[in-house]
Amino acid sequence: MSHFQPDIRHRAEELIALYPRARSAMLPLLHLAQEQDGYLSEAGIEEVASLTGTTSADVRGTAAFYDMYHLEPVGKYVVGVCTNIACLLAGGEEFLEHASQKLDCAVGSTSSDGLFTLEETECLADCDKAPCVQVNHRYVRTTTPETFDTLVDDLREGKLDHDVPSHGTLIRVRRNGGLRAARQEIVDQRARSSAARAQRAEEAK
Amino acid sequence: MAMLDSPRIVSSRAQYADSYTLTRYLETGGYVALRKALTMFPEAVAAEVDAASLLGRGGAGFPAGRKWSMLRKAPVSYLVVNGDESEPATFKDHFLVERDPHQLVEGVIIAAYALQVSQAFIYLRGEFALGLERVQQAVNDAYSEGALGSKIFGSDFSIDLVVHPGAGAYICGEETALIEGLEGKRGFPRIKPPFFPAVTGLYGEPTVVNNVETMSNLPWIVNNGGAAFAALGVGRSTGTRLFALAGRVNNPGVYEIEMVKNTFRDLIYDPALGGGVIGGRAVKAIIPGGVSAPWFGPDLLDLPMGQDEVGEKGSMLGSGSVVVLDETSCVVRAAWRITKFFSRESCGQCTPCREGSGWIERAMYRLEHGGGRMEDMDLLLDLCDNIAPGLSWPPQQTTICVLGSSIPSSVHSAISMFPDDFKAHVLHGGCPHD
Amino acid sequence: MTDVIRTTVNITVNGREIEVKAGELLIDAAERAGEYIPRFCYHPRMEPVGMCRMCLVEVEGPRGATLQPACYLHVNDGMSVCTNSEKVKKAQDGVLEFLLANHPLDCPVCDKGGECPLQDQTLAHGSGETRFIEEKRHFVKPIEIGELVLLDRERCIQCARCTRFSSEVAGDTEIAFSGRGDLIEVAPSPDKPFNSVFSGNTVQICPVGALTAKPYRFSARPWDLEQVESTCTTCAVGCRIAVQSSGNRLTRVLGVDSDPVNHGWLCDKGRFTLDSIDQNPESTDVLSAATRITTPLVRVNGVLEPASWGEALGAASAILRDASATPGGVGAIGGASLTNEGAFAWERFMRGVLGTENLDAQFGDGLDPVLLQALTKATIDEAARAKTIVTLTGDLREELPILFLRLREGAVSGTSAIVEFAFGPSALRSLARVSLVVRPGEAHLCARSITDHADAPAGVAFSNEELLEARRLIGESGEGVVFVVGRPNFAEDPRVIENAIRRFAERYPDARFLVALRRSNVAGALDMGLGSQLRPGRGYDAEAKGLDTLAQLEALRRGDQKAVVILGGCLLGNVADVKGATAALENADVIAVTGHGGATLGYANVVLPAAIAHERSGTVTNIEGRVTAVTPKIVAPGSAWPDVAIAAELAEQMGQSIGLSSVEQTAKTIEETTGYPALSVMNDEVHDGAVVGRSDASSLRHALDPMAFPGIRSAESVGLASYTGAIVEERAQGSVHTRCATLEDLANAEPLEVPLADSYSLRLVVSRRLYDRGVAMGGSPSLHNLVKPTTLGLNHVDLDRLGVEEGAIVSVTGASGSVRLPVELNEGVARGSVEIVFGTKSATGEDAVAVLYDPTSVISQVRLESR
Repeated sequence: MSHFQPDIRHRAEELIALYPRARSAMLPLLHLAQEQDGYLSEAGIEEVASLTGTTSADVRGTAAFYDMYHLEPVGKYVVGVCTNIACLLAGGEEFLEHASQKLDCAVGSTSSDGLFTLEETECLADCDKAPCVQVNHRYVRTTTPETFDTLVDDLREGKLDHDVPSHGTLIRVRRNGGLRAARQEIVDQRARSSAARAQRAEEAK
Repeated sequence: MAMLDSPRIVSSRAQYADSYTLTRYLETGGYVALRKALTMFPEAVAAEVDAASLLGRGGAGFPAGRKWSMLRKAPVSYLVVNGDESEPATFKDHFLVERDPHQLVEGVIIAAYALQVSQAFIYLRGEFALGLERVQQAVNDAYSEGALGSKIFGSDFSIDLVVHPGAGAYICGEETALIEGLEGKRGFPRIKPPFFPAVTGLYGEPTVVNNVETMSNLPWIVNNGGAAFAALGVGRSTGTRLFALAGRVNNPGVYEIEMVKNTFRDLIYDPALGGGVIGGRAVKAIIPGGVSAPWFGPDLLDLPMGQDEVGEKGSMLGSGSVVVLDETSCVVRAAWRITKFFSRESCGQCTPCREGSGWIERAMYRLEHGGGRMEDMDLLLDLCDNIAPGLSWPPQQTTICVLGSSIPSSVHSAISMFPDDFKAHVLHGGCPHD
Repeated sequence: MTDVIRTTVNITVNGREIEVKAGELLIDAAERAGEYIPRFCYHPRMEPVGMCRMCLVEVEGPRGATLQPACYLHVNDGMSVCTNSEKVKKAQDGVLEFLLANHPLDCPVCDKGGECPLQDQTLAHGSGETRFIEEKRHFVKPIEIGELVLLDRERCIQCARCTRFSSEVAGDTEIAFSGRGDLIEVAPSPDKPFNSVFSGNTVQICPVGALTAKPYRFSARPWDLEQVESTCTTCAVGCRIAVQSSGNRLTRVLGVDSDPVNHGWLCDKGRFTLDSIDQNPESTDVLSAATRITTPLVRVNGVLEPASWGEALGAASAILRDASATPGGVGAIGGASLTNEGAFAWERFMRGVLGTENLDAQFGDGLDPVLLQALTKATIDEAARAKTIVTLTGDLREELPILFLRLREGAVSGTSAIVEFAFGPSALRSLARVSLVVRPGEAHLCARSITDHADAPAGVAFSNEELLEARRLIGESGEGVVFVVGRPNFAEDPRVIENAIRRFAERYPDARFLVALRRSNVAGALDMGLGSQLRPGRGYDAEAKGLDTLAQLEALRRGDQKAVVILGGCLLGNVADVKGATAALENADVIAVTGHGGATLGYANVVLPAAIAHERSGTVTNIEGRVTAVTPKIVAPGSAWPDVAIAAELAEQMGQSIGLSSVEQTAKTIEETTGYPALSVMNDEVHDGAVVGRSDASSLRHALDPMAFPGIRSAESVGLASYTGAIVEERAQGSVHTRCATLEDLANAEPLEVPLADSYSLRLVVSRRLYDRGVAMGGSPSLHNLVKPTTLGLNHVDLDRLGVEEGAIVSVTGASGSVRLPVELNEGVARGSVEIVFGTKSATGEDAVAVLYDPTSVISQVRLESR
């Protein structure tokens, strides 16, 4: 019995088929598991382990290396506030403090109503909009405490569900089909190409 | 005066709100270059890139053409595009992937054709949720157009392109760690030698790793010729480049300007570019190439922005980021926060980086927040020396990768440029700016 | 002009030019040239990772001298290296200061203190003080990551030796690095604790006290320990070990790097069952395997009473004199737990004094010793490097764990292809190139389908493609092929698998065989003649037929045999037909020579206490025929005697002499009379034992790296000769009295009547696990939780067919009755069969094998009912 629901399982299988080796699909598969469960559950990790041909300990250890994977449940909205250099210079630390108060949760934890998890992030690569904020990895351009407060209120009321979907960075990413170039076709083409190039090199002499 | 008349090589579509759509792309010359490239011999396409003298736009600045030529003996198995932009205060690849994904895709296909590679990956930072959507859509469009897949545009060349998401780790921007991530593992950089990707890369096979911006230049280069690209800029620093200006300026943003012809002063002060420092204040320091780069003082504002020019003065253009600190900025706090970044992002494999970054961060924390001592400055410099012996530029390293040798940059710069600030912190028992 | 491939290159180290092996790692080359480079993460038996940075040295390059990790560089001609410049010293100083920054000041309470590479290298290369005044990193300490291993994350220096061992050597990746940067922890999966059978190796190779072993924790300080080097006799692989004791109690066993055998690794059973050897004063029940027998016992009025040696020997000799008066009236069972010298002495006693041919070192759970003798032997190295390895065994990871590791090397590196005959679940499955699933009773038919190009039996679980692939990998003559053969299914008549083995041996004359019988010194006991038609020195006498164990038990039941001497081990704990064996013992006069108690002693008339394990000197022989020395470390408890002494005194009691007085003298006699290496092995401190009949398999010991093997004393400090390249005299090759058996000596194979499978029954597979209810486990409390209760293993196809849920309790009926067992899903079990593990008890304390096994049939069949 797969832990993945049919739609996620289908996407998982398509993903694996894109890579020469199954293990390469590890990162996107973990994103899918997180998309389904809201975080990386033990069952999700085991499923990914079996799909990528390794052990749960290995998958969990790999997931723990990366910041985007949550090994414990998180809120519906993961709010990331950057305090790295450009945001620091734009008052990022104070902004984070404000966010913590507005969301009523400590940095690195989840609000008691389970709606928000607040994270202090590293550079989000949006530095001309400093201080930078992402919610569920969507940029929300809100650079003042006031606009931040409005954002939070909107989120609470579900007004931003279109702009801020749930977790899972791949939630709206869909590829239109698998690999198209057949193995043998590639092998033949490369052989022809190398031969032709060698010949051109010869003629150039 | 800034020289602003160079062509928009990679940012030509920024003016359009729908710049990322296939319709707009085709209307503005999309896929003309690829079709042209397919009529040329692959080595002729590579020759154009060589002639352009296109330096890598990632961080290391290694000439792309030379990187490709390293592989002429052995066939390349994979092309991997590094879209893991995580260097603090760098946001120009973000701009390219969200605003002109088709240009990137076309550039990648051109590169793949030149290298005769049939499987290419674009590794995008996982936090670029929208970027992933847009690039994947551009890839889907390319397949529909016949620019990707079997025998593209009726040629003999077949290629598949896979968009691969990262998951939040700065170190995966290092090319061997990126490859590890692409292999589904922790982003532990590999030791070079022997693991130069050109020799032993993805799955142990010869791999070319190039940056998003580097790839995005290729359509223009094919359309206009490498010589036209090389005619811009000066010396080794050819063409234009995207610079991500941030910090205490009026108009932070991504600016495409000609290499070398413009100085830091132009970028920061020109009304069409940075628009000057907020409140008319004085520049205290510039971080020229991402936080891995040593700092410059205001005395170097008139330095031309070129690879060699900046290198000779002991820093680098690096990732294309320029951060401006002004007289109200606390350099100790800035250096502390940068060190904290490195400590959080260290992969943990090797002792000097893993333990050294944490120790330096702790000492800097005391200096900034209270408990700093006069002897801490010498201690910090010695710890930095144990990570990057000699504290020279370019740095030596006791570590596996260059993240280690980047740790000293901000600390060393801050202490040597602003010793009085540090002393004031010690005497004040914390930051006097608050 | 032909290219000469150079085997050596010249490099310069610290200004001195030296010649080193081409392609060698710089760190090894420098060490052998006398320039030891400090290191933490490097381990000679694993791939280097260059992570700790302790081994940085200055290497000349085109841009001047740069710091490079010596463990990662291969030497090339002209390399110029400096290991002691100021820059190198500063780098080493720096690395140590960094490592110690967050390292807790635990030395006074840390097991590793006194044998700690971090302590030692800090003393040698670090500065005297730290400048670190920050708060150190904190973790909850320590945590149990497995049943036997504790982890203190504060002490960990992230060298990855343990995680690399788990993925690279053991291959089970039960622990892995979790997290990033200085928050990296070694972690198992939360619901899958680190219970690999190899977990103890990580404790041994950890260069700090981060990983500690529960059984050893806080037991001793290294400077209290005395050490000898010996051979482990828990199974038959014969791993080399360092045995350490304090006072007269065994404290610890560490793996020694023997190149031809175990590479420094041990399994947890060999490593952590010392408690079973030390006398446990609380355990006094002689029927318990946890009890050491320390005085002779004689049954008086139905009760075993302590007696003096004189009384006991007197009682024993009376029994034996009476029994041996009738031809075939006495016999000996067992002997695989003896040393070669002990076995030799008993052989002389049984044949020489009692005049009987009824001898068998095996308990009916092995293979025909004449067949085994006739096989052309392979060494472990040869098996590990063979082009094709064919296995006809149970799960080798459970039966001979270190052999599994050795074979795994070849499979993973791609040099060897494994063709697995799969009788049940096995760790080999994921390594094998081809797995041919074989049902009980069909091994010989499957063998024939390979050798004779016959069709496979109808309905087999493997395809024709797999069969063809197997044939292709084995080839025509068997050249480059090693067959690893054992007894995969205890419930199956051994003639089935023996038939298969014989077929392969006859068909592939160039193939070699590695005999994977698991018990202790079974190879040595058979080589010393403890078997029908066998003679000491791996000899054979076609005329001398006697009764093997099962035949002796039959004869005891009938009354044709009156008495039996049980040489070590517990008979009743090791047979499948427990009822039959019990009936035999009830009817017989039993003399038990043993170190431990057990159910068998319930039927003994006389019990003679023997020295066991690390109380003995002598030699033992492993599965490849390698003879190595065992060295005593503690004195046997109470009045336990060495076997040689018991046999000699018993002979004296009967008015005869076996001409043996001491172990050393016995070893000398063995070598002089048969040419079998014994005394020469005991006296040789330069080689890794000697392989019988294979002087080409001689292997020199290499010098010890204390940083890779912390805790093991260097050769000098324990008085072993340091490596000087002493010339070893040629061993006596000749004067073997009797020849070795050949395939032609084997009797014609009788046709095997295998009952047809009916759709209501399932065939029984009885397999082994490392952790069972034997003597070693019984006396080792720290491993008790690792012994699983009996379950019934079934393939999902059969589960579905029978409509049974995983975990449900079912009633299983066999030859002697029914037993209730929970069902466990296991895809490794062949369809149409069930698997039960030998040596376990059900949740209600029953021995399922005893109930279900059918001694009258070639295979045992059972039926399931889900009510």
